[in-house]
Amino acid sequence: MEILDEIKKDYVTDLMKKNKRPDDREFLEYRPCTVEKGIFPSAEGSARVKLGKTQVVAGVKIDLGTPFKDRPDEGVLSTTAELLPLASPTFEPGPPDEGAIELARIVDRGIRSSNAIDLTSLFVEQDKVLMVFVDVYILDHDGNLIDASALAAMAALLNTRLPKIEGGHLIRTESTEKLKVSQKVVACTFSKIDSHIVLDPGLDEEKAMSTRMTIATTPDYVCAIQKGGRGAFTKEELFNLVDVSFEKGNELRKLLD
Amino acid sequence: MEKPKLIIDGKRCDGRAMDELRPLKVQAGVLNKADGSAYVEWGNNKILAAVYGPRECIPRHDASPYRAVIHCRYLMAPFSTLDEHGRSGPNRRSIEISKVLKEIFENVVMTEKFPKTAIDIFIEVLQADGGTRCAGVTAAAVALADAGIPMRDLPCAVASGKIDKEVAVDFGKLEDNYGDGDMPIAIAPRNGGILLLQLDGMFTKDELRKAVELAYGVLPKINALQVEALRTHYAVKKDELDFRGD
Repeated sequence: MEILDEIKKDYVTDLMKKNKRPDDREFLEYRPCTVEKGIFPSAEGSARVKLGKTQVVAGVKIDLGTPFKDRPDEGVLSTTAELLPLASPTFEPGPPDEGAIELARIVDRGIRSSNAIDLTSLFVEQDKVLMVFVDVYILDHDGNLIDASALAAMAALLNTRLPKIEGGHLIRTESTEKLKVSQKVVACTFSKIDSHIVLDPGLDEEKAMSTRMTIATTPDYVCAIQKGGRGAFTKEELFNLVDVSFEKGNELRKLLD
Repeated sequence: MEKPKLIIDGKRCDGRAMDELRPLKVQAGVLNKADGSAYVEWGNNKILAAVYGPRECIPRHDASPYRAVIHCRYLMAPFSTLDEHGRSGPNRRSIEISKVLKEIFENVVMTEKFPKTAIDIFIEVLQADGGTRCAGVTAAAVALADAGIPMRDLPCAVASGKIDKEVAVDFGKLEDNYGDGDMPIAIAPRNGGILLLQLDGMFTKDELRKAVELAYGVLPKINALQVEALRTHYAVKKDELDFRGD
């Protein structure tokens, strides 16, 4: 496996020098992307995202629970990601590894910092709040799991209905209203290969990259950033990528309508 | 708790200016057994970093025939905050931080010189006061240098962010908890490359730019203290050079 990775790395790096990508895309172009909402009726919210050959689903479940002690009047939002072993030969069964944890926390950070979900609206009564669980499942890994996951999580939240509360219990078969989502947060991930920077890296490009940068935005604000990998970005590259993220973010947001 | 005022008469809640760092003390070579170590006091942060290696890589299948692998473990002691006794051991937050810190040091350490080995970095937060990951980076870099591990640069880090709609640098705990977002950043001081960048909160394009520039403004001061700590630890005293004896 490792020797093949090395060869692919050289191949991709050489292509970049000729200003080309393995699938003939422009450097700042997304692969074809589709978003389907409501694919799992048993969940309170769900969505599937296909980004090129990467495929991700997200499910939202709503539970009743107790708030955190330091935030007694707020509901709870929890995001996890599962790198399913069926999605890639490199994913192994077992508890989430650092990659899965980082992925979930980047998705979570965008939603949380932008206040896309107003957590105070999830307050039910003293010591009782609604808990929103977003679970992102990676089904097929062909690169850029972060953007696909952020999109799937957002789409699933936009699709979420709140179950009816009666006598201190949830009645899941009856819903009263939709979950209020005030912002559409989307993430744009860039990979740096040599000195070239590409948007929406495919799997081979991820193998060749030295570093990546994810920038999550609403139409007016940057609400999450995560740099990953051993390489470095310059300050100027960062400022430039922020501009591109706002522009490309608007394209992604249209897919959520 | 009601949100406290973070800016009073143009000054921050602890009297600092927007671009002013908290008191920072860096000390190299503080532990006996470790190959390298450092201690950082930054505001009320108390952070210890130790480095072992290059040494045999455990587990073995983690080893690379091309370079040394870097393991990094960032942990907060259960007694390190004003909150109740936390669970000890890694949590999701510390696992993510450990990963991004590891990637900083993969950039600067000349890992290609030590194939099949591991370099283990341990960062223990004994007391936390906001900005622990940045203090951890600053300490671990000095510990690596103290261990004699060849590096291309000595990374340093600081967080900047937004409090009451103003951009400021190096948040204390109060500002961390009640501010409008922060942005830890680590750089390689010699070429200014960004090695770590995270952000949460709501920043306009201009605020982000300002926050980055503010961090770049103070990072050289942090780097100077790291270098000074190493100089102090390794300074050869004049009488030690006197071979003649008496």
